Amino acid sequence: MKTRHLPFAATLVIFILAYGLCYTQFPAMLSTRVIGNLLTDNAFLGIAAVGMTFVIISGGIDLSIGSVIAFTGVFIAVMLKTTGLHPLTVFALVLAVTCLFGAAMGAVIHFLEMPPFIVTLAGMFLARGLAFVLSTDSVPISHEFYGTLQDIFWRMPGKGRLTLIGGIMLVTVGLGMLIAHRTRFGANVYALGGGQATARLMGVPIAATTVGIYALSGFLAGLSGIVFSLYTSAGYSLSAVGVELDAIAAVVIGGTLLTGGSGYIAGTLFGVFIMGLIQTYIIFDGSLSSWWTKIVIGLLLLLFILLQKGLTWASSRGFGPAHRTA
Amino acid sequence: MTFKTALAGATLLATLSLASTSAFALTVGFSQIGSESGWRAAETTLTKQQAEQRGVDLKFADAQQKQENQIKALRSFIAQGVDAILIAPVVATGWDAVLKEAKEAEIPVVLLDRMVDSDKDLYLTAVGSDLVHEGKVAGDWLVAEVKDKSCNVVELQGTTGSSPAIDRKNGFEQALAGHDNLKIIRSQTGDFTRTKGKEVMESFLKAEDGGKNICALYAHNDDMAVGAIQAIKEAGLQPGKDILVVSIDAVPDIFLALAAGEANATVELTPNMAGPAFDALDAFFKDGTQPAKFIQTESKLYTQADDPKKIYEEKKGLGY
Repeated sequence: MKTRHLPFAATLVIFILAYGLCYTQFPAMLSTRVIGNLLTDNAFLGIAAVGMTFVIISGGIDLSIGSVIAFTGVFIAVMLKTTGLHPLTVFALVLAVTCLFGAAMGAVIHFLEMPPFIVTLAGMFLARGLAFVLSTDSVPISHEFYGTLQDIFWRMPGKGRLTLIGGIMLVTVGLGMLIAHRTRFGANVYALGGGQATARLMGVPIAATTVGIYALSGFLAGLSGIVFSLYTSAGYSLSAVGVELDAIAAVVIGGTLLTGGSGYIAGTLFGVFIMGLIQTYIIFDGSLSSWWTKIVIGLLLLLFILLQKGLTWASSRGFGPAHRTA
Repeated sequence: MTFKTALAGATLLATLSLASTSAFALTVGFSQIGSESGWRAAETTLTKQQAEQRGVDLKFADAQQKQENQIKALRSFIAQGVDAILIAPVVATGWDAVLKEAKEAEIPVVLLDRMVDSDKDLYLTAVGSDLVHEGKVAGDWLVAEVKDKSCNVVELQGTTGSSPAIDRKNGFEQALAGHDNLKIIRSQTGDFTRTKGKEVMESFLKAEDGGKNICALYAHNDDMAVGAIQAIKEAGLQPGKDILVVSIDAVPDIFLALAAGEANATVELTPNMAGPAFDALDAFFKDGTQPAKFIQTESKLYTQADDPKKIYEEKKGLGY
């Protein structure tokens, strides 16, 4: 096995082991209900994490997505309440807004040569502030189209539900994998993560790629916001606080290198599943403090960072192929 | 390695907790908002106590103030096949889908302390206190206490625009209506906090001739009353005698003030929402009795005559 596959393999092994352990404790964990829940409950996180994976592979970071999700929800709720627009029109509108928002951040990062951390931190405050300006209260969404969308699900054998939003996440992950591994843009993202200088030598259009990455992340944060609003039937400016950090955690647990240049969208999906699994286990148990979720995720993150460090160390000593060949 | 150790520890804990409950007991999932206030911590403690007394296997999930965590918890409870679900919803909106799932799985849901804006068919019942009634109980006490004497009342309101502030003000005014000897001469917000309560009371005292014009204080919660008592003492007056003090919530600290004779009455917002909820569930499981859609908890009045020392001792261990 190639060294760069190792983090992804570790993710898979941990997921399977953890699921097995949960199953021996609570046989009900293997029901399709739990699997449906994992997909539905983590749909918004999964979608946002796909965007985050691209950003991190390119060597950047996007701290704005939690706020963008909240903004999207409030924007949709307020638009549906105050105008007669159809939800689909509002969706298109808000996706355009968040996509542009991301693109603008990408442009600032590239052309002003600012660190992504600072620029997206500003974006985080900006989006959250805008959400509060629109409404400080939780705005319910009662459009009948929402009811229709929420009632779309495929009943799996065993009464589990594969809901629309769970499906949207799976499709997003699938498309994300295609973009990452089968397109010019995807190859450019990996190249950029390997180092700007090398990427430039390889003829990667740095400006277009950077703007594109953050636009994609903004777009997916918007989509995640739409899914979140479907999930809660409301827009609330205080919602989705810290989702960007959960997304980063999912990406790292999914085996993507924080230094950029290497990682898999599919790994991120399993990173999200592992986090969801821990939460499910704690609720099934019912006597553990829910803060254990954070502790276990913290330990997992540490484990993966150590693993990454170990791999970098091993490859610098010539134990494995460090450089990417894509 | 670390992960395995953590899980192994978790496994051990889980096995212990499973072993301690009987096989035939009801299993009830409880999704709590979090532990943002002392009252909520007390509600959690009491729910666990009530469950233990009744032999209910309680699955507790703390949502850390996030609705998405509560929805997740509810879905996991359903997947696990619990017998019933208790939930203190963090917001009123957005529960339709998951409540429908619970209904479809034939798991009754009881709302604690807060309401949702979903269809009433989607939950079994809601247990909560009537905030207007609380204000009225406080007002009725004052009306009975001062009898025919003329009395100027100052009011410390809760956070402007919050429903407890609006409702507790309304209820108090309802009780005073028709008793012209009682007049609310000043009313201002103290934000439900001790420090703001003290500050605002100081300004009331200054404005009303050092407090000589004030006969009673009505505070929308105990914390503000405790702050105000401090201000009254610093102004050289005796709280509880020169100025009557009545407030709402019945947190442990106000019982110390009652015991010291510095406060006169408090109306309890009981943290025991689970008791009535379990009663309703018991009846429902026994013979299918449909409870009323809203079960109002008792708004009990406590005065200096109720052995405040003893109640303080009982309450202080609840996590307030």
